Amino acid sequence: MSLLALDALSVRIGARPILSEVALSLAPGEILGLVGESGSGKSMTALAVMGLLPEGARVTGSVRLDGREVLGLPEAALNRMRGAEAGMIFQEPMTALNPLMSIGDQVAEVLRIHGRMSRAEALEVARERLDRVGLTAPRFPLSLYPHELSGGQRQRVAIALAIALRPKLLIADEPTTALDVTTQAEVLRLIAGLARDEGMGLMLITHDLAVVAGMADRVAVMQGGRIVEAGPTEALFRAPKAPYTRDLLRAATHRPAPPSQGEYLNQEKDQPAFSWQKYSKSDGSALLTVETATRIYRLPRPSPLAPHPELRAVDGVSFTLDAGESLGLVGESGCGKSTLTRAILGLDPLQGGAIRLGDHLVSPEMPRAARADVQVVFQDPYGSFNPRQRVERLVAEPFHLTGRPTDWRARVAEALREVGLDPADGRRFIHEFSGGQRQRLAIARALIIRPKLIVLDEAVSALDVRVRAQVLDLLAELQARHGLAYLFISHDLSVVRAVTSRCLIMQAGRIVEEGPTEALFTAPHHEYTRHLLAATPRIPAGWMTEEESLS
Amino acid sequence: MARYLLIRLLSLAAALVVASGVIFLMIEVTPGDPARFMLGMNAAPETVAALSAQLGLDRPMGLRYLDWIGGMIRGDFGLSYTYKVPVADLVADRLALSAPLAALALGLSTAIALPAGLYAAARRGRLGDGAVMGLSQLGIAVPNFWFAMLLVLVCALHWRLFPAGGFPGWSDPMAGLRALILPAVALALPQAAILARVLRSALIEELGRDYIRTARAKGASRPRALVRHALRNALIPVLTILGMQFSFLLAGAIIIENVFYLPGLGRLIFQAITQRDLIVVESVVMLLVFAVIAVTFVTDLAYAAVDPRLRHRG
Repeated sequence: MSLLALDALSVRIGARPILSEVALSLAPGEILGLVGESGSGKSMTALAVMGLLPEGARVTGSVRLDGREVLGLPEAALNRMRGAEAGMIFQEPMTALNPLMSIGDQVAEVLRIHGRMSRAEALEVARERLDRVGLTAPRFPLSLYPHELSGGQRQRVAIALAIALRPKLLIADEPTTALDVTTQAEVLRLIAGLARDEGMGLMLITHDLAVVAGMADRVAVMQGGRIVEAGPTEALFRAPKAPYTRDLLRAATHRPAPPSQGEYLNQEKDQPAFSWQKYSKSDGSALLTVETATRIYRLPRPSPLAPHPELRAVDGVSFTLDAGESLGLVGESGCGKSTLTRAILGLDPLQGGAIRLGDHLVSPEMPRAARADVQVVFQDPYGSFNPRQRVERLVAEPFHLTGRPTDWRARVAEALREVGLDPADGRRFIHEFSGGQRQRLAIARALIIRPKLIVLDEAVSALDVRVRAQVLDLLAELQARHGLAYLFISHDLSVVRAVTSRCLIMQAGRIVEEGPTEALFTAPHHEYTRHLLAATPRIPAGWMTEEESLS
Repeated sequence: MARYLLIRLLSLAAALVVASGVIFLMIEVTPGDPARFMLGMNAAPETVAALSAQLGLDRPMGLRYLDWIGGMIRGDFGLSYTYKVPVADLVADRLALSAPLAALALGLSTAIALPAGLYAAARRGRLGDGAVMGLSQLGIAVPNFWFAMLLVLVCALHWRLFPAGGFPGWSDPMAGLRALILPAVALALPQAAILARVLRSALIEELGRDYIRTARAKGASRPRALVRHALRNALIPVLTILGMQFSFLLAGAIIIENVFYLPGLGRLIFQAITQRDLIVVESVVMLLVFAVIAVTFVTDLAYAAVDPRLRHRG
């Protein structure tokens, strides 16, 4: 008998259908991957199982957990079920824990809600649970607060409290999306191991096909509130039936096509679809030169008389970026890549070394006109746009570096056309655009003063795979047309691999490895690079047809 | 934590020094010579000069400032120009009424606002929420002296539950307390209305956070999530308002003191200003500044008690 059975589950909020006729089943001890893009209804499905749908949601159909109908249960019965029979882990470890409660108390609370237990007894069990998720005793006392832990450690606490009562069903909603690859690998291994050891049924919700490929027994693909396809993992990857699944798989391994189609058709089978080296036209003249750049932060004194300890966030980094080249910069959070980016943009002063852009020394005091050669696109375009200004004004912003030409409206219209938007969109406001369109606007804004270098700081990390594929295509096209150089900063190795010709690996403020991207990915030299590559989830070779992996 | 305390204490001391300087200078540049005021418009210039000398008003400013500060540290606030009694005694008399009144009003407003805010947040968007919010709107809009008069009319004149005004002193504690009940209620109602609104909106913001969802997924009921998780996180803005309210209640009760004929600090300072009794004004204002800063200090400590992140950051 299945542990969890959804049948004809439909949810509406107001007049809007959120889920339509969702049917799923999950056996005890089984891992089910629930895959889809944002807004496809994955999380809503999970919340429906937990009885935690937002207020005003109307639910029909059936959700049976261990044979008992969950829909229509009174609130008190739902409270008894949540945490005891079904546990849930959420995406954002940074905000998922109560900041004012110690981790011991947060885990113990589950036990105290569900069983009459003294605080001391509950804390004893909490200790055992935290040990189980790898937060062991002397280093991680129960009295720690969430802010004293890293993202990965917080996610472990969230896991500990989800499994505190050994529920039969564990739902993990994008549990590792906010984490670094190496942390992601550890946390995924932990969750899967727990599910197997304790015989829990695990519903793993993710947008990342590679994650489910490595973990799930079965996969269900969602689109627009419906399950479009479900089946055993390998079979589904090898022979996807629904067109949408094929789209997703294609997009996940997408490499931008070069502008001239003929170039890659005669490549051999095992070679990448095309070689970016050939395509990005580096002419060998250095555009950006970074020489032993060093950025030091002063940390607060440990005691009033002690000297300030120093953090060398960027420690003697050197590299060059040629005109028209695509350079990748990969590293995990805290490695110093954002600090380096700020220095390259001339926002922060260096404490050692120098950064040159063309003939100019980059510094916070550099002349405005020289700044016009470099523009940046960030991860969250919405946060970098003023919501009260019309798009044409937002896109025209960089003109303050060069002086606004009289034909600025025409230039904005042209930039909008270049990124695939309608010039009439200039009259609209930023909230009227989707995530992908906003990122296109950010690119239009970067493009409008014709910079030589665009820094792409996690620019596609927040986008759904299909949108990401389109934006990567757009970037490739623009690069070919304008001879742009890209500095592509990301924690996502597969994206960097797909779009850069050369790559830098950064760890703890230093560049530990540098080389042509393909060589670096196929034969990494440095321990850390190998570590990163091993941790990156990937769809096993041979699971995907040639047509898909070539896109 | 020690570091947090030390920084707060230092900033408290610095604020006192700056405030005392500003108060002293303000009084210095304010027109109106106390000696002339005391002697009347027709006094001969020599008499005025003699009185000025007697009061020490002719000495250099810096010296007078140091005298004033030194005196206050020793508990000697000087002699009131008009009442000819030590300012300290005057203030102590008035504080015996104002401090309990402020504390009573604050306690009352918290006692009203806490359940009201919790209830409104729990019933967000429903009838109960609407009712609480409507009442609190009324509480903010209607001036407290109007409440005061209404209370006198109903509770004192009609039902004869409480005295209509005056203060018998603390020789009979029950009588003293009874005299303070109506003014405290009049003071507390508008404060409670503000506090309830702040608490409600802070709670609603916290209820939307991820950790509340985690708590619910653990099996915590709505009330438990509200009280055990959201309330503590919502306390920071509430504590800020509470701190500000206490300082206001201590001296901002002039109108209420007038309605109920209460000899409080507010009335003292009002009379001292009209009579150019500058030494009283200086001392009372300084005392109030001290109270505000002390309350801010206590509020900072309360923040740290609530939020471990502040304790650890130091």
